[in-house]
Amino acid sequence: MKQPLKIVVLAKQVPDTRNVGKDAMKEDGTVNRAALPAIFNPEDLNALEQALIVKDKYPGTTVTILTMGPSRAADIIREGMFRGADGGVLLTDRKFAGSDTLATSYALSCAVKKLSPDIIIAGRQAIDGDTAQVGPQVAEKLGIPQVTYAEDIEKVEGGEVYIKRRIENGVEQVVSTYPMLITVNASAPECRPRNAKLVMKYKHAKTATEKQEIENDYFSDLCNARPYLSIPEWGVTDVDADVANLGLSGSPTKVKKIENIVFQAKEAKRLTASDEDISGLMKELIASHTIG
Amino acid sequence: MNNIFVYCEIENGKVADVSLELLTKGRTLAKTLGCKLEALAIGHNLQGIEKELGKYGAEIVHVADCECLAPYRTLPHAAIICGIFKEEKPQIALFGATTVGRDLAPRVSSTLHSGLTADCTSLEIGNHIENKTGKEYTDLLYQIRPAFGGNIIATIINPDHRPQMATVREGVMKKEALAQPVSPEIKQVDVKKYVNDADFAVRIIERHIQEKKINIKGASIIVAGGYGMGSKENFEMLYELAEVLGGEVGASRAAVDAGFADHARQVGQTGVTVRPKLYIACGISGQIQHTAGMDGSAMVISINNDPEAPINKLADYAITGDVMEVIPKMIKYYKENSK
Repeated sequence: MKQPLKIVVLAKQVPDTRNVGKDAMKEDGTVNRAALPAIFNPEDLNALEQALIVKDKYPGTTVTILTMGPSRAADIIREGMFRGADGGVLLTDRKFAGSDTLATSYALSCAVKKLSPDIIIAGRQAIDGDTAQVGPQVAEKLGIPQVTYAEDIEKVEGGEVYIKRRIENGVEQVVSTYPMLITVNASAPECRPRNAKLVMKYKHAKTATEKQEIENDYFSDLCNARPYLSIPEWGVTDVDADVANLGLSGSPTKVKKIENIVFQAKEAKRLTASDEDISGLMKELIASHTIG
Repeated sequence: MNNIFVYCEIENGKVADVSLELLTKGRTLAKTLGCKLEALAIGHNLQGIEKELGKYGAEIVHVADCECLAPYRTLPHAAIICGIFKEEKPQIALFGATTVGRDLAPRVSSTLHSGLTADCTSLEIGNHIENKTGKEYTDLLYQIRPAFGGNIIATIINPDHRPQMATVREGVMKKEALAQPVSPEIKQVDVKKYVNDADFAVRIIERHIQEKKINIKGASIIVAGGYGMGSKENFEMLYELAEVLGGEVGASRAAVDAGFADHARQVGQTGVTVRPKLYIACGISGQIQHTAGMDGSAMVISINNDPEAPINKLADYAITGDVMEVIPKMIKYYKENSK
């Protein structure tokens, strides 16, 4: 490796839609985000692991987490640092609010340009939208190649990245020049757990906004002495983004209507696990030629 | 001009089912809008491909035939599509929500700055009035999809940008050949006009594609397991029941995520949509993400510990009990009562 590799991992903090409880919907039918725990998007963790594997193989590689979201999204940057990332950037600005995938991709691509990485790695999709659009759209905005559905970043050699991807009914092994962008599938290895030493090192890592909430001289001295405890926050002007391409006005798609899921209840015949019930059911199904 | 375009996925000269399903849907939409249906065939050795596409209603077929275009790679396919779209200005463009379509469509939509909605479960034509400005839009594509993990259904529109783009999963739309196939007009695409060397930055070294072995879409009986099955070992029992009944095993997303079953068996919004004669849901709670993929089943039996499980609202028979106890009984009494 001529020069150390720079990797940016795109990560998103998402509501845990897989564990939606009874209080997840408000009475007016809107989603009660407060009732859903905010987590590191699962496939972004697979992406982080791929980045950390490359870092293990090629010492000197740096891994930076880039996330867009509100203040509390700094949580996932810390989480990434606890697992082995070198640092992170929080892209946060009210002007980003209401962005669809295209406007989000534009904002992220502006931030990526500032970081000028060799390889960008993202999860295939986020569980709150399941669109899988942001990865390819960021690649397009940057004018670089993309490899989606990756399962294994095998090696980086001779200025190229070797990748195994999982596609419909098979696998494909591809090689690409970089800079380039990769999206990673859930079928890739799980992310390593937190490292106790890194947790000790980074537990006080904070954004400027978070630091304002803590008025403590000892703490500010600590942060000043240890630059790695500062998580940068970037807004629209920091990344030279054009506001016209952001938020609702920068989003070609509009939500016309949102409906809650209401099951159309039909009368189910209630049965128990008793021999009589199951035997009767099987006889009924055979008689109606549903089975047999 | 301003027609409906369907990107057709082609592997070894065979058009993917999802593309034929989209042509079938596109045909209906084109009729509603009074426009034409056009197909994009990009690949190699495509002679005669228009015949197959004509059976499903394609009136114009754009054929880009070059050795460099097969197997599929993102950049050359995207370059050709963007080039054609800039000239032809389609109003609607449809892609399969496959590993190809979900790789390609976002790239194209970003280049053209047009809106894209992933994994639509329904496509309709309708009007819209912008609340703020009072501006009226007619004949927009309503792109309808579950969102937020399947807890809501959203209708998405792209009022001001064209083409209106959407991806749809295999099996969501019906595939129906025309009684009288059309003979499409062929437009040969000048590949060199759109594609340059930089588009070949990604090279394929090796490729292993198998014909689909698991095909739960075609099964008339599906025995599906959810997270409630508890383990991969417990799933074995579902295979036994499926074998006895002559069916296939399906799974919910939670069960697939937990490693109980292969992704090819996943039923639901991010899996396969099925319409079997009989669907037996075992230890499946019935989140909309799952039911979206099976609510067209002719008959549903649910087996669940929880009498209040949402799946029971869809069920014809709701068995309250332990799956591990019920399934062996089903096998036993089926064998006793059938010939």
